[in-house]
Amino acid sequence: MEVYLDNNSTTPIDPKVKDVYIQTIEKYGNVNVIYNKGIETRALLNEAYDKMYAAINASDEDDIIVTSSTTEGNNIVIKTFLHAFLKGSPKNHVISTVAEHSSIKSPLKYCKDMGMEVTYIGTDSKGLVKLDELEAAITDKTALISVLIASNETGAIQDIKAISAIAKKHGVYFHSDGAQAIGKMAVDVQDLGVDYFTWSAHKFHGPKGVGGIFVKAGVPYTPLIHGAKNVMGGKRAGSLYNNGVAAMATAMEIANINLSFFDHTTRALRDYLEEELLKIPDTKSYVPKEHRLKNLVAMSFRGIEGEAMLWDMNMNTIYLSTGSSCSSEDLESSAVVEALGEKTEIANATVMFALSKFTTKEQIDYVLEKVKATVERLRGISMTYAKQEAFSVHLH
Amino acid sequence: MARNDLVTGNVWEQYSKKVQERMNNPKALGEFTQADADAQGAKLIVADFGAESCGDAVRLFWLVDPKTDTIIGSKFKSFGCGTAIASSDAMAELCIGRRVDDAIHITNTEVEAFLRDDPDTPAVPPQKMHCSVMAYDVILEAAAQYKGVERSELENQDIVCECARMTRKEIVDAIREHNISDIETLVKTTKAGSYCKSCVRPGGHEERSVYLVDILAQTRDKMDHERLEDAANASLMGKATFDKMTIVQRIKAVDGIIDEYIRPMLVMDGGDMEIIDIKENMPYFDIYIRYLGACSSCATGSTGTLYAIENTLKQKLDENIRVLPV
Repeated sequence: MEVYLDNNSTTPIDPKVKDVYIQTIEKYGNVNVIYNKGIETRALLNEAYDKMYAAINASDEDDIIVTSSTTEGNNIVIKTFLHAFLKGSPKNHVISTVAEHSSIKSPLKYCKDMGMEVTYIGTDSKGLVKLDELEAAITDKTALISVLIASNETGAIQDIKAISAIAKKHGVYFHSDGAQAIGKMAVDVQDLGVDYFTWSAHKFHGPKGVGGIFVKAGVPYTPLIHGAKNVMGGKRAGSLYNNGVAAMATAMEIANINLSFFDHTTRALRDYLEEELLKIPDTKSYVPKEHRLKNLVAMSFRGIEGEAMLWDMNMNTIYLSTGSSCSSEDLESSAVVEALGEKTEIANATVMFALSKFTTKEQIDYVLEKVKATVERLRGISMTYAKQEAFSVHLH
Repeated sequence: MARNDLVTGNVWEQYSKKVQERMNNPKALGEFTQADADAQGAKLIVADFGAESCGDAVRLFWLVDPKTDTIIGSKFKSFGCGTAIASSDAMAELCIGRRVDDAIHITNTEVEAFLRDDPDTPAVPPQKMHCSVMAYDVILEAAAQYKGVERSELENQDIVCECARMTRKEIVDAIREHNISDIETLVKTTKAGSYCKSCVRPGGHEERSVYLVDILAQTRDKMDHERLEDAANASLMGKATFDKMTIVQRIKAVDGIIDEYIRPMLVMDGGDMEIIDIKENMPYFDIYIRYLGACSSCATGSTGTLYAIENTLKQKLDENIRVLPV
């Protein structure tokens, strides 16, 4: 049995989305041409746009710009303020959080290199951004606050409405990285009060290579990709990924339709997995369930290094991710897990189980069986798990 | 960046079969107790290295025969990823049958080489060398315990490359011996910096206090300085040979010979010459000259006169001098 539980990284495509993707790939006419070949593409894109606006409750005055990914959207938002700073704006300060993805941290580092200032706000033991610290960090030089809606690693869901209220109170623009939102919770950009909101289709069973950015009417926007003005008004130039956009719009629509299934069935399955895993001694789960993504268990198994766990699970065709330093290119353990106030050794022992709407009870039972066997094997190898015992032997 | 860097590699796919086998079924996994030691008349050593917070930790158990100082039993336990388990397993196995004094020479590269399926393909990708660099340290820890000394007494403090266990002295010696001037050749020649690459230059996986690029630059500076000093001293003592001279010294030397032996002859015929350039064209030294006055139209400028000039310079300065009129 193959079980894919890395759904916060990327998801398999939904069969209905795949149908749209394949059916619309032949609508090759450019949307902006004057002859008839553009008509069917225009119809396709208009329908897609209607679905997208409805899915996140954007008003017609707002923009939804199609991008390649959340990463691109995040870059557009941050570099809009970098450009303003480089052109002489006195606003040189951005506030973000330690829980962000590298698609925020990396462009912010670039801003820092270019002379801007960046403040990263910490999280509490529940993984929630400390709002008092965030508000205290705002100065008259603050241009933007960027806080992700939920962490892919800990699953902690931030109080976006409270943060947007703080931003509004101080006249600061507010962006939320919504990569983990669509498909896992209802998203209403007006209710959330965000100025910018970014996402990727592949996180909710859509295709890779397409995403979107919601830009509230009237907020600053500088294109990242310049070119012909006849695609999205020049806000993001380059021929549109027609069938990708159609598939993304369908995926957004389906994500909302499936929310109640996700809220009940997937969440119940997640709860079952978590309860059973917690029966294994010396395990610890992070972030209280009420603040956590409904599909995620982030857990440490004391004495077992995360990548070693992944190796054994991979042998059993179960696919997971870890916050361990060993598995990352830069050999740094997860800053996001550590931000919970956990020690590095816990980050190194953290494994994430991220379910999707396709995950079944049979799969979870199979995972539980294999996790238990793996924990037993690896704790047999572990020096740290058997430490007490070994020391007493040594002293005798 | 280049073609091969564009699609991220999967580190797991780069593990040798031996690494994978040992990850799944470590051979030397386990513990020894005092009872095990007593039964074999051996001394029990239990040494730890690393920490969970680093992502890797290993405990090494030895049974050592006190009469011969030979390790007769060696097992391990580990907190770490699969590569850490596999390399700890190989390390523990490599200890068996060695004397403690020999075991301390087991390097991380030896462990890595032991895990290769074929001699030319690394057992683990570069960034995973980190997971096997604990072998040397934990063995030192165990040896220090056995000998009742501080670990620092056994340790070579001057290690620059943790993976290949290369000291600064070994690296400097290699630069001098092979006259290495670029970092690629240095890494290739010494193997230092060829594994996790952290020690090559700042910005690698791990921060270091000293980098190969700095050692290379410092050593080259020192070598250049020494060469100049040697040339100056040799010249002072009249022992300068043409090949060891600096460019300035060479010009002076060639001019001196021409003034003394050649120019008087040319001037008698109403001509003269000047040196345009001296180029090293190993193994030759090409001296470019231009004839002046009557010489510039003289037929022997390219035959007899030229041979005379060249022979004089060869005789007085260096066999490998060639004279070329421009």
